[in-house]
Amino acid sequence: MSNLAILPILIPFIAGILLAFLNKHIPLVRSLAKIITVAQLLFVSWLCYLVYQSGSIILETGAWKAPYGIIIVADSLAMTLVLTTNIVAVACVFFAPVSLTEKQERFYFYPFFFLLITGVSGAFLTGDLFNLFVFFEVLLMASYGLIVLGNGKVQLRESLKYVLINVFSSMLFVTTIAFLYAIVGTVNMAQIAQRVQEVDQAGILTVIGILFFFVFATKAAIFPLYYWLPNPYIVPNPVVSALFGALLTKVGIYAILRTFTLIFVHDPNLTHTLFIYLAALTMIFGVIGALSTHNIKLIVAYNIIPAVGFMLMGIGLFTETSISGTLYYLVHDMIIKGSLFLIVGAIAYVAGTSDLRKMGGLIHHYPVLGWMLFIASLVLAGIPPFSGFIGKLLLLQGGVAQEELLIVITGLITSLLILFSMIRIFVKGFWGEKSDVLPTKPVKTAPFTWPIAFLLTFSVLLGLGAEWVYPSVQSMAEYLMNPDLYIESILKE
Amino acid sequence: MEIIMSVLAGILFATGIYNILQKQMLRIIIGTALVSHGAHLFILTMAGLKRGAPPILTEGIEDYADPLPQALILTSIVISFGVTSLLLVLAYRASRITGTDNMEELRGNEHE
Repeated sequence: MSNLAILPILIPFIAGILLAFLNKHIPLVRSLAKIITVAQLLFVSWLCYLVYQSGSIILETGAWKAPYGIIIVADSLAMTLVLTTNIVAVACVFFAPVSLTEKQERFYFYPFFFLLITGVSGAFLTGDLFNLFVFFEVLLMASYGLIVLGNGKVQLRESLKYVLINVFSSMLFVTTIAFLYAIVGTVNMAQIAQRVQEVDQAGILTVIGILFFFVFATKAAIFPLYYWLPNPYIVPNPVVSALFGALLTKVGIYAILRTFTLIFVHDPNLTHTLFIYLAALTMIFGVIGALSTHNIKLIVAYNIIPAVGFMLMGIGLFTETSISGTLYYLVHDMIIKGSLFLIVGAIAYVAGTSDLRKMGGLIHHYPVLGWMLFIASLVLAGIPPFSGFIGKLLLLQGGVAQEELLIVITGLITSLLILFSMIRIFVKGFWGEKSDVLPTKPVKTAPFTWPIAFLLTFSVLLGLGAEWVYPSVQSMAEYLMNPDLYIESILKE
Repeated sequence: MEIIMSVLAGILFATGIYNILQKQMLRIIIGTALVSHGAHLFILTMAGLKRGAPPILTEGIEDYADPLPQALILTSIVISFGVTSLLLVLAYRASRITGTDNMEELRGNEHE
């Protein structure tokens, strides 16, 4: 029974290895990849349902008791994020054959893709800090493979920077784990939390907490550590950008959420107040970046940054309302960033350019694509019937309740500017006269639109069905705000 | 002993970061290697360097060195080895295709 918890990691891992051997038979690999991801999505949703019904599933690997072995903790938060990961994965795997060249597919796109999913699911499910580092490396290694796939000049140049920043932050992660191990003598998250609680987070532990924050902030692109993100994210194929935008920074946010609701919670005046300021700066700088460019891919890539700021704001406010806002926003943002990258990828493909100044009148040829972009922009900005609204509402409610009005105002203005930056694509690219740079013969867009529509459906459902989703989000936030529940469920004493 | 090792790890970090801030690609990669050496040395040091037998179960020995950090280092070494080899190949390809190994010349133009 508890062995089920490792399957979200094991299935993509085995699929990745299997598909590496079949790389020459592209039609077979494509259909196998589609079957595996869909089957996995169904399995993970069932597992998620199971976890909601009967509480978290904890797997002590190799039958070693909790603090001594590696543990896999499938609690409601981790399973929700794994489920969202798999939803994005399904859309990407159906989008991949349309947007990738056959050569790229033959050069191990699918194995790298499945290993990325392995790493992301592993990072969500692990209950051990060093294991988290290893899963970070698994997903980063796969992402290095994906980012250079295609071997263009620009790709090589940008991936070099991407690899360097991640190598450095990984080494910082190892160093920080060494610090923490020296103080508490364990790498199991529950036991670390327990021991930090016992000494009431003495001075040095806050320092280590902030070091951890720096490591995860580099992965999650929080001000002032976001400068590496936009360019490497737009150079690979759109489907790779969508995977990165949807999953990678969110793993960093998840790690911050976990460590700062479980381990370093005893000095919130210092750590969590710092988060609020950094969140405000992240929002402002991210949205300025999004407004500063005419490249549609870059606009979306910059829009990752203010979203991360919103999630950090919820963690910084540290109340039940704001944490549930963060959770709602996290799930919403994974889905919408995936679909936005796919949409702009499709637009750049049909228009033959990603420069906004060279486009115009696309709506005459591609109405479906245009209206999907319009809906996605509204979702991203947080217009009421869609999913972005509820997350932001909860965050702002949390902010008002804590009387942090400055961040509330920053958040509202940022939302407005996000809407402006996205609608600019719609107005300049889709409205107006037909541009003469466009190819005269319209491209068939149906294969592009289905995966995007699939993702957008979830976005709309998450907004319209908020009444059904909200109770489980709230119970998750309650669970996160009470770290003793996590500790007791693992160290049964 | 721990203090000497910490200072050594500090020197490794400082030289590593100095090298990372250089312009030449190969120097940067040497810098990352130095930083990872520093990090690995640091794990070993932070676990405590008290004297004890190697962590192999032998009869009649009570006092062992802490085995956990050694396992952590081994994992981390293999990972950084993999990443470094990837980085070297990447730098080789990038310098072949762009025709330069100077990071300042690898800035991107906005629209290309």
